[in-house]
This record gives sequence, structure tokens and C-alpha cells, in this order.
Amino acid sequence: MSGYNLSHLKQLEAESIHIFREVAAEFTNPVMLYSIGKDSSVMLYLAHKAFAPGKIPFPLMHVDTQWKFKEMYSFRTLMAEKYQVNVKVWINPEGKDISNPFLHGSEKHTQVMKTDGLKQALDHYRFDAVFGGARRDEEKSRAKERVYSFRNKFHQWDPKNQRPELWNLYNAKINKGESIRVFPLSNWTEIDIWLYLLREEIPIVPLYFAAERPVVQREGTLIMIDDDRMPLRVGETPMMKKVRFRTLGCYPLTGAIESNAETVEEIVQEMLLTTTSERQGRIIDGDNSSMEDKKKDGYF
Amino acid sequence: MSDSTYRVQEEELIRGDIAGYLKRHETKDLLRLLTCGSVDDGKSTLIGRLLYDSHMIYEDQLEKVMKDSKVYGTTDESFDPALLTDGLKAEREQGITIDVAYRYFSTDKRKFIIADCPGHEQYTRNMATGASNCNLAVILIDARYGVINQTKRHSFICSLLGIKHVIIAVNKMDLVDWSEKRYEQIKDDYDAFVSRLNFSDIHFIPMSALKGDNVVARSQNLVWYEGPTFLSHLESVNISTDRNLIDMRFPVQYVLRPNLDFRGFSGTLASGVIRVSDAVASLPSRQESKIKAIYGPDGEIAEAFSPMAITVTLEDEIDVSRGNMLVPVKNIPRISNEFESMVVWMHEEKAEVGRSYLIKHATSMVPGVLSSVRYKVDVNTMTRHKQEAVLQDDTANVLELNEIGRCHITLHRSISFDPYERNRATGAFIFVDRLTNVTVGAGMILDRVVSKAKNAGPVSKNIVKNDSLVSDEDRHQLLNQKGATLWLTGLSGSGKSTIALHLERELIDMGHACTILDGDNVRHGLNRDLGFSAEDRTENIRRIAEVAHLFNDAGIIVISAFISPYIKDRQQARQVIADGFIEVFVDTPIEVCEERDPKGLYKKARAGEIPEFTGVTAPYEAPESPELTLAAAETPVEVLVDSVIEKLRKEGVIG
Ligand SMILES: Nc1nc2c(ncn2[C@@H]2O[C@H](COP(=O)(O)OP(=O)(O)O)[C@@H](O)[C@H]2O)c(=O)[nH]1
Repeated sequence: MSGYNLSHLKQLEAESIHIFREVAAEFTNPVMLYSIGKDSSVMLYLAHKAFAPGKIPFPLMHVDTQWKFKEMYSFRTLMAEKYQVNVKVWINPEGKDISNPFLHGSEKHTQVMKTDGLKQALDHYRFDAVFGGARRDEEKSRAKERVYSFRNKFHQWDPKNQRPELWNLYNAKINKGESIRVFPLSNWTEIDIWLYLLREEIPIVPLYFAAERPVVQREGTLIMIDDDRMPLRVGETPMMKKVRFRTLGCYPLTGAIESNAETVEEIVQEMLLTTTSERQGRIIDGDNSSMEDKKKDGYF
Repeated sequence: MSDSTYRVQEEELIRGDIAGYLKRHETKDLLRLLTCGSVDDGKSTLIGRLLYDSHMIYEDQLEKVMKDSKVYGTTDESFDPALLTDGLKAEREQGITIDVAYRYFSTDKRKFIIADCPGHEQYTRNMATGASNCNLAVILIDARYGVINQTKRHSFICSLLGIKHVIIAVNKMDLVDWSEKRYEQIKDDYDAFVSRLNFSDIHFIPMSALKGDNVVARSQNLVWYEGPTFLSHLESVNISTDRNLIDMRFPVQYVLRPNLDFRGFSGTLASGVIRVSDAVASLPSRQESKIKAIYGPDGEIAEAFSPMAITVTLEDEIDVSRGNMLVPVKNIPRISNEFESMVVWMHEEKAEVGRSYLIKHATSMVPGVLSSVRYKVDVNTMTRHKQEAVLQDDTANVLELNEIGRCHITLHRSISFDPYERNRATGAFIFVDRLTNVTVGAGMILDRVVSKAKNAGPVSKNIVKNDSLVSDEDRHQLLNQKGATLWLTGLSGSGKSTIALHLERELIDMGHACTILDGDNVRHGLNRDLGFSAEDRTENIRRIAEVAHLFNDAGIIVISAFISPYIKDRQQARQVIADGFIEVFVDTPIEVCEERDPKGLYKKARAGEIPEFTGVTAPYEAPESPELTLAAAETPVEVLVDSVIEKLRKEGVIG
């Protein structure tokens, strides 16, 4: 019977595809949160596979903070065309053209544009299932997250009140107004994502690869000057450095690292040899509130 | 190899040939395991050690742990591996979540997913959850305390959930002076009780998780142990035979209709292998067609196997939708609206007999009733507690949170399933509460055909036998006979059918109402869902007995002509049919039967083409004291018929 074996990547792929189909079959109004990052790229690609030769039967939604990197916006347009999906963009009207991480700080900006924005969008469209690209290996508190994570009608996550999840029998029953966050990449790790991007040649935003970019050194991190909304502090001089990004978010809140890795192979090589965990570049984690609090609040 | 040289070698590979390195990692396989142990057995320490020694800890996390070790560490060592994974402990103190946590690590041979369940009150529920997707369980034993009740409980739950591979990690060997004697004693204690469980492979490893002995690196202190280290065993244990690749089962998840020319059925292959042009039936409708094409994640393919996620198209336009199951025409699972199962209850609100739940099984969600709790299992002692009353006393019929019981489930409509033991994916189900929508229980279908005769009794409290206005005597007067069943039993080719046919003719000619039940009229209708396994044969006989009983009640004489090879089945038929049961042994030697071989069956059986053929590859248990024995080999059929008629007269069935 040998020969009938799936590699771990192919097993993860099958598991994710199963989840996409299950949700599409059992919910009436699903949506995929699309953050434009590499995990979103994998998620979108898997959704495409799940329904090929048909189209993805649900829309994507990007909760836009208006402060993403320019290259992310153009990549978003490119993907919408490639996969022929409807991408809904939501910008919190209360913070639109006002919220500014340089003026208001990262915590406030993220709260208004991301957390509040997401809640508004969900209320507005009444989505009953929301795909997110979070993985269990990202953070200790996520290690016990379900694939189907139940949210009450205020979008809150109650850690005490999650449903047991056995086999691949997911429980999709909810009352009106409630929803399920679905994490099809739960069992993927950082390295799995990279291996899969490599194997399947999935496009990702070029910011992941090292290139000469204008940056300033600020509070121990390299911040890229992506547009002229960025005020320079005294003593700061923009410089060109060969850098890449490990995660992508709002450009003022995302630290770059110096690197020579121009291909996926080289990124993985660097990653394995440098041994610093991925999320370090994300300034938001340095804030006081823990990820668990953020999640209870509705942030992913 | 020590863990540090292991890491150096890895680093060289990564630096020197990254493409080759990635290629190897891309093709490795996946092992899902579960760790169980009582609080403080060293579970977190062991997992932390694995993560640390296998690259999965990044430096910034490690720095934090080193810092934490000084503050919270429970050890004198420079760093406490437990802190790497102990998100849960901190939360427990804050009263947050007590649950299953998943950890990931990998080596160049395998990727591992660890389901880590903290040990205490919620144990049964958490363990069942964690174990449901695992191939292997690691059961920790503190060498100082040896095999305790918890060890047995964990082992039982793992076995119940179908785990086949077990590692018994005898931990904290440093605290018992690395004593081989102590280790051997623990091993013997464990072996003594585990024989009752269903594991196919048990491996014992003495270790010290804290000091790293035999976890990744071979111990200098346990030189008497010659087996593999924990990690190398994890890397090499063979799990490829755990899957069922024999019974193709394809639960349809989603119907894909991108355009008018394409109608595909998407789903995950629960088991088996599917190929283009295979003849399949859609259950429960039983409409048949052939596989036209198969689409895997990378495009069109000629065959697919479990657990691939695929889409298939069919040659014919038959009715298939979500919740249906495609199976081979020649290998059909059980189709029924009721089954026996082991149930783990997972919610504070107890399970009550008579209550209705939503049952999710494969891709269907069907309302169903918990119709009885036959017994509960005491997980500490692994003994059964019989439920005294079934249905009479509702209060006795509950399952509380974390209890395990053998339950009978009755659904509003039929589903297609296999026993869990044979097929995890088509034998598992969950209970969803109809009001709160919460998952409240999990079940595993047993390899028992529901037998109503000795079973719990009627499913609904509203079914009682009606008092008839017609007495047996009334019928007797009308038909001038009593109902009875002549139960002919004997080998294939022994002459049962010939005798039955002549007997029927004779009785009708004499003016008596009678009928034949045989394979031809039963297997094609009433029992067409049954095969020839011992269980199915038993159920076949049970149903026939029930039908014969109904005929007898109506005053009709039944001639049943089935091999019915098992004594216990005929005994059961005797119980069901009661007074009118007349066992007739058609006693023809097998040599004669085989020589006659009217349907060429013996020949095929000898050639191995028919599995489980009575007399050849399956036993025939001759009756010990039948009402009548017919030496059919040397007696003409008319004489045999006469002796049966004579018997009927003697029994007062006919005048
Ligand atoms: N001496 C010794 N102590 C150990 C060993 N493994 C774990 N411990 C200690 O036992 C205690 C409980 O370990 P922990 O991993 O937290 O147990 P858990 O509750 O099963 O996760 C801690 O103080 C550990 O340092 C071992 O092999 N030898």
C-alpha cells in the first residue's frame, strides 16, 4: 500500500481545503479577511483550489487603515483580477483621513482603524463566517484556538465558552447575529507557509524580499519612508538600506530588517539561521495589552 | 548524537545547500500526537525540551524564558524547559482557559503536531478532543509513583478514541537513581492491565525530561536501556498502515456547479482509494454511476486516496447532494437510522435519554434521539456499570459531564456509516444541543448491529404492543392450523431449498397456508444492506426470525431455508419465535455438498474468491439437539417431506 502517502504540506493543504468547503456549504454569508500579507496569499490560493474550476464563492474583505504600504495596495488590485474575486474595502468612517499613527500612537490607530473598523464592517455586511489567516504557532495564547472560533453578537471571543472540536466535525450552528471566525491555517507553521509558497510558486508582496529602500532608524527599529506623510524627527536622516519585511502592516508600525534575501529560499535560510521570532518586527506587540485581550476585543 | 551536534549539522546543511534542505523538508510526513499525564508528571518539561532541542525556539523567546526561569523557574537548572510551553499554567492561575493547546515542531524527517491537554477535572473531555485526530499518545509516568489510576484512565481514553501507538514515557528517572529495576517494575505493572485495551504498538522509554536524558540525546545514565530515544522513536514509528485504504468512502461536502457543463462533487476522501471509471453508488439513494473524472488540488488525476481533498464528476446525471456518500457498488457501509455507540459527554448539562440532539456525522447533520444508555464505564477502574432500568426510570438514564457510556442513538433519517474501529472518519459523530448550539458530546459507532430482540426495547415510549381482539384460537379455527416455523439449517448444497420447495407444495396441496423464507426473497429486499461478516449474518438471522414470528402470529406456517451456521443465532431465533420454533437439521456431509456444488460456490470458495464461505473458510456449528434431523444424502426427498409432515402433526401444528 505504499505510495499512498501525502507529505505534511499536502495534508495541511487538504485540511484547509476541507475547511473552506465546509464553511461554504454550511454558512449563508461567509467572507475572507484579506490582509495582503503572505498568510493571506496562501489562504487565498487555497480557497481558489478548493473551488476550482469554479470561482471562490465568497467575497474578500480588506479592513483598510489607509496606512498600508503602497505596494500592498497595488498587490491587492492585482490579486482581485487574478482570482476574479470581489474585494470589499472597509475604512472606518470615524477615522477616515483623520487617524494617524504618527500623531495618535499605534495603539489608538489600530483600535480605531482595525479593531473598530472590523466590527463595523461585520455589522454592516452581517457576515456569519469570517475566515482569518491566523496560525496557532504565532503566539502562546493562540495555541489553543479552535479552527471554528465562536463570537457572540458583539464579536467577542469568550475563552471560557469555546466549543470542543473533534475529528474534522466542525459545529457551524449559530443564532442570528452571532458568527464564527474560521482559521483554515491553524495547523500551519511559519516554515510550512514558506515551504508552500515556494513549492506552489504563490505570488506575495515584493516587500518580503530584500531591496534597497529608504529607511530611518527609530527606537531601535528600521522604519521605511513609504510616503510624505511621515514626519522626520530631529536627528533622523533617511538612508538607503537593503531591507525586507517579515510581516506587513501599517508602514509606520512595521519594522524592517537588514537582509540580503531576495528569494524565498534565501528568506528561509536567513530565518533558520538568525533565530529571532517572526513577530518581533511588529511594533504592536510591544504594547501593553496582550494578544488575548485584543482577541477578546475582536481583533484577530 | 547530542543535541548540540545535531544543531550544528542542521546549520551546515542550511548554509551549504538550502535548496536541497528545503526539498527534504517539503516531502516529510506528518505525525499527530497527544501528551497525557497527571499534573507535574513533566509534560510541559518534555514538550519544552523537544521544542528547544529541535530548533523551534527562537532566540528572543529563549531569552525571555531564561529571564523567567530565574523568577518563576521550579528548578535549579539554568533554564526550565516547561516555561516554553506553559502559557496554560499562567492562564489557569488567572482562571482563564483549561483546554487543549496545540504545539508544532519538526525535524527533517517529520512534522509533529502535539495536542497538549492539561490534567485535571476536565480531563476526559479534553483528552477525547485532543486524541480524536492523533495517531500516537505519549503517556507520562512519574518514575517515583509508577502506574496510577490516572495512567489507566488516560490509556483507556486513548484506546477508546482509536489511538494505536503508545509511548510510555517513564519520566524523572533521575529521582529514582536511574534504577533499571524500578523501570522494569513499572513496565510489568503497565503490561498487566493494558492487555485489555486495543493498542497495536506500545513502547516504553525511561527518561529525564528535565535533564534531557533519552529525549533527544541518548542518556549516559541509562546505559542499560537499549531502545531508541524519544525523538528517534517519534521520527520512525510507522503510521502509514493506520489509515483504512480498503473501504472507499467519499462523503459529499459541496456540489460544484461553476457552469452548466460541469457538475462536480467535492469532499475529502474519508478512506480508501478512488479511481476513474470505478462503479459507485450514491447513498442513501443507491443510485449508481461511474467516476468520470477526479480533480485533486493540482489538477486532474487518475486516482486519489484518503485524506485527499478532491472533486469528482460522474458519468450519469444522478441525484447527489451534500450529506450523501459515494461508495463502491460492491462495498457498501451500513445504512441505518440507529446504531450503538460509545459516547463521551462534554457538557455540564447532562445527556438525557429521550432527548433530541443534532447529530453531525461526516457531512450530514440529522436530528436524533439518545434512546438509551446501556451502561456507563468507570474510567478509573474500566468496569461497566449497567443501567438498571431502561426508559422506565429516566433519572437513571443520564450521562454527566466527562462520563462515558454505551448508548443507542436513533436518528430521524438514515445515514451511512462504518464502525469507528474500522473507519474513524465514517464512524465518528458529535452531539449539538438544539437550543444552545453548543457541542455537548462525541460518539464512536460500535461494530454491533442493533438487535432489538434483546435490546433496550422500543425506541419511543409510545410504542406498546396492541391488544388484539382476535385470539390465537380464533385463527386456529379459521385456518385449521397453528403458526409455526420449520427452521431448516445446513450447509450450502445440503438440500434445504429442495426440501423446502417440496414441503411447501405438499402443505398447500393439503390445504395449509404456508410460505418459504430463503436467501432469494430476503437478501434482495429486507436484508439487502447486509453482507456476510459474522455480524451481518447475525443481523440477517435476527430479521428473518422476526419476520417468521409475525407470519406465525398470523397463523401461517413458515419454512425458512438458511445456512444459519451459528448456534447462538439459531438460539436467538428460537427465543424470538418461541413456541412455534422447530429446528430441522439437514444433515448432509460436506463431501457430498461439495460434490453436488449446484451453484459452483465451493469451487470459488476453494479458489479464494468467496471470503467467509461456510464449511470452507467459515465455521458451521451443527445443532446439538434439533427437533428433527434429516439424513438428506441418502434419503429421497418425498420421504424427507413425509417425516417433516409427521413432525408437524406430532407438534399439533396441523391436524
Ligand atoms: N527531577 C526531575 N524533575 C522533573 C523532570 N521532569 C519534570 N520535572 C519537574 O517536575 C515538575 C512538574 O513538571 P511540569 O513539566 O510542569 O509538569 P506538567 O504539569 O506535567 O506539565 C517541575 O518542577 C519540573 O521541573 C525530570 O525528568 N526530573
